[in-house]
Amino acid sequence: MSKAHDMSTEAPTAPQPSMNDDPFSHDILENPDDFHRRLRDAGPLVYLSRHDVYAMGRYEQVHAALRDWQSFESAAGVGLSNFRYEKPWRPPSLLLETNPPHHDAARAVLSPILSMRALRGLRDGWFADAEHLVDEIADRGPLDAVTDIAQVFPLRVFPDAVGISEDCRENLLAYGDHVFNAFGPSNDLVAKGMSRIAAISSWVNSQCARDSLATTLPDGHPTFGAQIWAAADRGDITYQQAPMIVRSLLSAGVDTTVHSIAALLYVFAANHDQWDRLRANPSLARVAFDEAVRLESPVQTFFRTATRSIRVGDATVPDGKKILMFLGSANRDPRAWTQPDRFDLTRDPSGHVGFGMGIHQCIGQHVARLEAEALVTAMVKRFRRIELIDTPRRHHNNTLRAWESLPIALTT
Amino acid sequence: MIGRDTEFDACAADALTLEVSAKAIIADGVCQLTLREPGGHRLPDWTPGSHIDVILPGDRVRQYSLCGDRWDPLIYQIAVLREADGRGGSLYIHDELHVGDRLRTGGPRTNFALVPAERYLFIAGGIGITPLLPMIHQTQVLGVEWSLLYGGRSARSMAFLPQLSYYGDRVTTWPQDEKGLLELPTAFAAQPAGTKVYCCGPAPLLAAVEEIGADWPKGSIRIERFIPKTAHAPVRDDPFEVHLQRSNVTVTVPPGTSVLDAVTTAGVTVLSSCRQGICGTCEIPVISGTPDHRDSLLNDDERARGDCMLVCVSRACSNRLVLDL
Repeated sequence: MSKAHDMSTEAPTAPQPSMNDDPFSHDILENPDDFHRRLRDAGPLVYLSRHDVYAMGRYEQVHAALRDWQSFESAAGVGLSNFRYEKPWRPPSLLLETNPPHHDAARAVLSPILSMRALRGLRDGWFADAEHLVDEIADRGPLDAVTDIAQVFPLRVFPDAVGISEDCRENLLAYGDHVFNAFGPSNDLVAKGMSRIAAISSWVNSQCARDSLATTLPDGHPTFGAQIWAAADRGDITYQQAPMIVRSLLSAGVDTTVHSIAALLYVFAANHDQWDRLRANPSLARVAFDEAVRLESPVQTFFRTATRSIRVGDATVPDGKKILMFLGSANRDPRAWTQPDRFDLTRDPSGHVGFGMGIHQCIGQHVARLEAEALVTAMVKRFRRIELIDTPRRHHNNTLRAWESLPIALTT
Repeated sequence: MIGRDTEFDACAADALTLEVSAKAIIADGVCQLTLREPGGHRLPDWTPGSHIDVILPGDRVRQYSLCGDRWDPLIYQIAVLREADGRGGSLYIHDELHVGDRLRTGGPRTNFALVPAERYLFIAGGIGITPLLPMIHQTQVLGVEWSLLYGGRSARSMAFLPQLSYYGDRVTTWPQDEKGLLELPTAFAAQPAGTKVYCCGPAPLLAAVEEIGADWPKGSIRIERFIPKTAHAPVRDDPFEVHLQRSNVTVTVPPGTSVLDAVTTAGVTVLSSCRQGICGTCEIPVISGTPDHRDSLLNDDERARGDCMLVCVSRACSNRLVLDL
């Protein structure tokens, strides 16, 4: 099978590979590498009996299925919960949890707002903000790369760009963490967020209203939020859709970037030779970020739902069943990548599925890249080395691969 | 360099070269082409109202609306009116293009997106029915009320009448030889508030629709206007040179090789992702030279400005491009 449309509807001819592991268990969330290896080796499509879902762990199938929205839909939810039978915990995202044609208008409006061309206007400001942050941390001694850098920078520049006020921005971290936990089963990680989620959701929703959003940045650029509402004025989306699209920025644009930047700082702390390589050639910053996103895959998984009975290799996923796409596993599939577990700036990481692929590919990917490029460019000019000074600790989330704590020292 | 061992199943070497897999006359002077990727790969996704650039021999570029079914990712369909006094593109397609022939294409992209509305009035003049067909299908899927006013010289010249008859009295056909000119004021007067009007057809029809709808709410009247690119530099099918200013590297890009691949082979890594001109990851600022845009992302203004390009699919009109790389 080399193409999504080769996934035919014929009956299976061999027994279906099956695994009993729970990919949302703490053991696997702590380190999924061994599970991913077994999943890939078991076959192109594997039944996960614990959750009665199917799984793809190899690059070829994940890449093909992500592009094949006709066969693998998103509107039944991209988490374990099947919206065909279950009520979503929040109104479904207009971007993430829709199919064409409902998906079109939101995507068409947001895509130019977050394009590389549009972001060029933010570039100088974000590079200056990154320099300021580096000034602040340069002489501070031991740091936590998560709480002192990876959370700080995105929470500074991104909500500014959206038009969110300064107050209570840390709510965005808790909100994102719960949104991404909620794509998994109702386990302890979901339970942990339940007590606060109603209040936080209500705060997030209130931030999406037109009169809550700043219309311009200090330099006069219109905010993302204002541009979304302006699209409603033009009739390109409805006034009901505008706040939902702002919500998508807040759900998907903060935690993911925080964990991506933490992943980048971790891989540099663990690979000093690659930091030296970046110092010698700072224009590799963008490549470094994508290589870190490939290697660590901050978004590990998303579900799709089969729109028909689909044969993949010798196995079949029945109509209406959920398929878990292991982006993190695909990005380390030795069938697709040479020395996949190595962080290597001489690699071209293009084509990784860390941002997804196809019509639902991360619409904020250019924003994430610019944030990371600004930060790492400022850091590489100033610091000779990023050193781990204590054991890093993982943060467990049903969807995200994350760090709770990365104790580091920065050598000037 | 270490990297991916497997190739993308997107065809990226020379934007999209498609094969004519079927050709049929569907009305007087109208032929429908079905295009497929020669390897049977998926084609880039599109939305109703999108068109593709078709590059014809003699390096003429023509734009045709996609009129097929976006749920079939393996084919594109376009319908072409034979214009005897046109610029020759349609005559070539009608008279000289055969099943099995290959065409270079660009896009798909859209200036004519279907946006949310409480009701739609579609107005087609002649071959202008093509972008509206997938819109009508989509509106059905969305369950939104709609009607179509479809004018043409004669019933025999009006394409897709059999498909449209399925929709019953939502469709009003208006052959000029039987009924005269479209009665636009009547059609407009019948629309409740919240209606959006989509119109494609000859310039006088578009002008009339814009005039009647001038005092409708902003964004209510949406028209598709194909402006012949008279100033467009000819598309080339010979090698060109790309100079990467920051890296101080110059590469030659032969036909059949993308700028992205040529640059990467020269040792300069450019991040890319979809390799179909859709995601925008490989957008690179252009310092000098004229890009030949084949992507799905840049709008007409951005194309005209020529200050950036998606190197996975776009090429050069000029002999040399200088990129900020």
